[in-house]
Amino acid sequence: MTDQVHHLAPRTPLLTGERIRSAIWQIALLVGLVWLAWSAVENAARNMRARGIPTNFDFWDRTAGFDINASLIPFSAANNTYGDAFYVGLLNTLLVGACGVVLATILGFLIGIARLSSNWMVGRLAGGYVEIVRNTPLLLQLLFWYNAVLTPLPGPRQSLELPGGVWLNNRGLFMPSPDFGPGAGWAGIAILAGIVGSIVLNRLSNRKRLSTGKGFPVLFPALALIFLLPIAVFMAFGSPVTFEYPQLRGFNFTGGARVVPEFVALLLGLSLYTAAFIAEIVRAGILSVSRGQTEASSALGVSSGLTMRLIVIPQALRVIIPPLTNQYLNLIKNSSLAVFIGYPDLVQVFAGTVLNQTGAAVQVIAITMAVYLVISLLTSAFMNWFNRRIALKER
Amino acid sequence: MKSFCTSMVTAVAALSLGAVAAYAQAPAPPAPTSKTLEQVKARGVLVCGSNTGLAGFGIPDDKGNWTGLDVEFCRAISAAIFNDPNKVRFVPLSAKDRFTALQSGEIDVLSRNGTWTISREADLGLLWAGVNYYDGQAFMVRKKLNINSALELSGASVCVQQGTTTEANLADFFRANNMKYEPAVYATSAEAVKQYDAGRCDAYTTDMSGLFSERLRLINSDEHVILPQVISKEPLGPAVRQGDDQWFNIVKWTHFAMLNAEELGVTRANADERAKSTNPEIRRLLGSEGDFGKSMGLTSDWALRIIKHVGNYGESYARNVGDGSRLRIPRGLNNLWNKGGLQYGPPVR
Repeated sequence: MTDQVHHLAPRTPLLTGERIRSAIWQIALLVGLVWLAWSAVENAARNMRARGIPTNFDFWDRTAGFDINASLIPFSAANNTYGDAFYVGLLNTLLVGACGVVLATILGFLIGIARLSSNWMVGRLAGGYVEIVRNTPLLLQLLFWYNAVLTPLPGPRQSLELPGGVWLNNRGLFMPSPDFGPGAGWAGIAILAGIVGSIVLNRLSNRKRLSTGKGFPVLFPALALIFLLPIAVFMAFGSPVTFEYPQLRGFNFTGGARVVPEFVALLLGLSLYTAAFIAEIVRAGILSVSRGQTEASSALGVSSGLTMRLIVIPQALRVIIPPLTNQYLNLIKNSSLAVFIGYPDLVQVFAGTVLNQTGAAVQVIAITMAVYLVISLLTSAFMNWFNRRIALKER
Repeated sequence: MKSFCTSMVTAVAALSLGAVAAYAQAPAPPAPTSKTLEQVKARGVLVCGSNTGLAGFGIPDDKGNWTGLDVEFCRAISAAIFNDPNKVRFVPLSAKDRFTALQSGEIDVLSRNGTWTISREADLGLLWAGVNYYDGQAFMVRKKLNINSALELSGASVCVQQGTTTEANLADFFRANNMKYEPAVYATSAEAVKQYDAGRCDAYTTDMSGLFSERLRLINSDEHVILPQVISKEPLGPAVRQGDDQWFNIVKWTHFAMLNAEELGVTRANADERAKSTNPEIRRLLGSEGDFGKSMGLTSDWALRIIKHVGNYGESYARNVGDGSRLRIPRGLNNLWNKGGLQYGPPVR
């Protein structure tokens, strides 16, 4: 009781006022955190200096002196620096991440929908896939794919010839690489124009349908715009492209473009694994759409495919997107398992070879962590934007 | 009341964070001048960074006992300190992690066929205590390729372990000879060898000693040939952190004691008896005269302990990589200086 009396008594609000007191504690916490972080950094730097470990970033501009077998940008031991090696690794990580996300999404949606199929066989197959794939460790699957992709393939001298000058052996897939001449740029512009044109066409059709109840066909004109237009432009310039075909010289094929088996194994492993989780998310999303919606749709005579595409999926997406973001982030982070099968991703090249050659462990690991953080935050930001866009707009 | 609780929780959190930070700073980090020897003695065990598995150099046998030339070197240090070659804890380290483990103090000595280079001493803050194996990098290929020289490897795919001088030497060799190649880089030598065996690469490269050792692991060892060219100098030896001269001396002189013992004909079998010898050199080495061990923080019979428990350099070599082993690598550069090799122990005097 005395307490309450005490509380009721008037007093100056300066230090005891609830908001001020709370603010003080928050500032204290912030100061504590900053001090903790600062002392950790300072402590590490002092110890590193004492042990003669480099604490600066001078290594960034030093000549690398090692080679990388898969790179999106030209890289050689003699002419490039550790900093360039970082970009090679980063691009390789982004490449496998981007391809993996696309592939996993397509597969995941297909399997998720298949699992709900009224066809007993299809449903059970999809279910079996999900249960097997998501219940075994990813690293094991990567090693399996690496050995499964690699072992049955013949050596370079017994390469399998595929149509179109493509060769397959245990060193990778060798394809003719296009060498574009003058005028080819216009074909590229035509592709872009075709895509933009298709989007405009789709908008126009939607608008007409909303006002008159009947749109006009979009699919075939759009396909024509995207494919035929560039081809026509290309022909008009006299097909300015030559192909460099891979040729067996000495130990292996030279010339042309090449996909290394490590990339294929990593891409397969990551996408198939993540697809199993995405399938479950898709299934949950679809099941979350009330059955009444489907029934209403079929009562109106809408085909089951259209019902799925226009009624169920748009509503299911609202449930699907947030957990899907998690899966994308997982896939990108899991790509660092590349280390185990020798694909030169950021961790393998930068946090592996560069770290070891330079000894700058703390700096290299800090940069690597920062990169993964930025990639994840960007992915997350994009998915949040997309989620807001498709959210139910209450009018 | 609720907000009071919130503030209290915040306060406690802030205080404990402060306490954690203060605690994190309080125990002074082992200063560079700290005595590794004292730490080892207090711990009662030497922590030795070893290979994850390289036959002849550092590999656990089927009973989990570590064996090999580099492993016996750690046992020799343990014998010198504790009069017991088994007070060693081996920490298997990949090539990629080994220096960080040494820098951070996780291990006392790194005896894991590491190459002595200037950058590892000047940049990484380490010191090489000597060279217990003079090696050089070479290539292994399949016999059926009919290759006799590394200079015929242009265009080849080469499997290599990551984070090694090997990886950089490989680039240098192909660049210097204006040849192309494709590196296939794996985190461990075991994985690199496995992929070479699986056909991913035309050649596998590592130090010559490693090639002899890894060849034993291949499915059909006889189908592979080691090319004669040695493309680099690889002085392999034990390394320690900079800043502890006493510890550096102990590790360095452990090696020299084993060399001098071989030169003077002191073996595991006759060490006790030779300690009574009249030869002043032997008497000084084995501690019958002089007190050199004590100046290093050891006992005067430190070298006798090493030889008694582990043996001299020649014995250790023969047992692990030489005639007494499956590897059968000739002594070559690793013979004593007076037998045409490079191994030379400064005098114990």
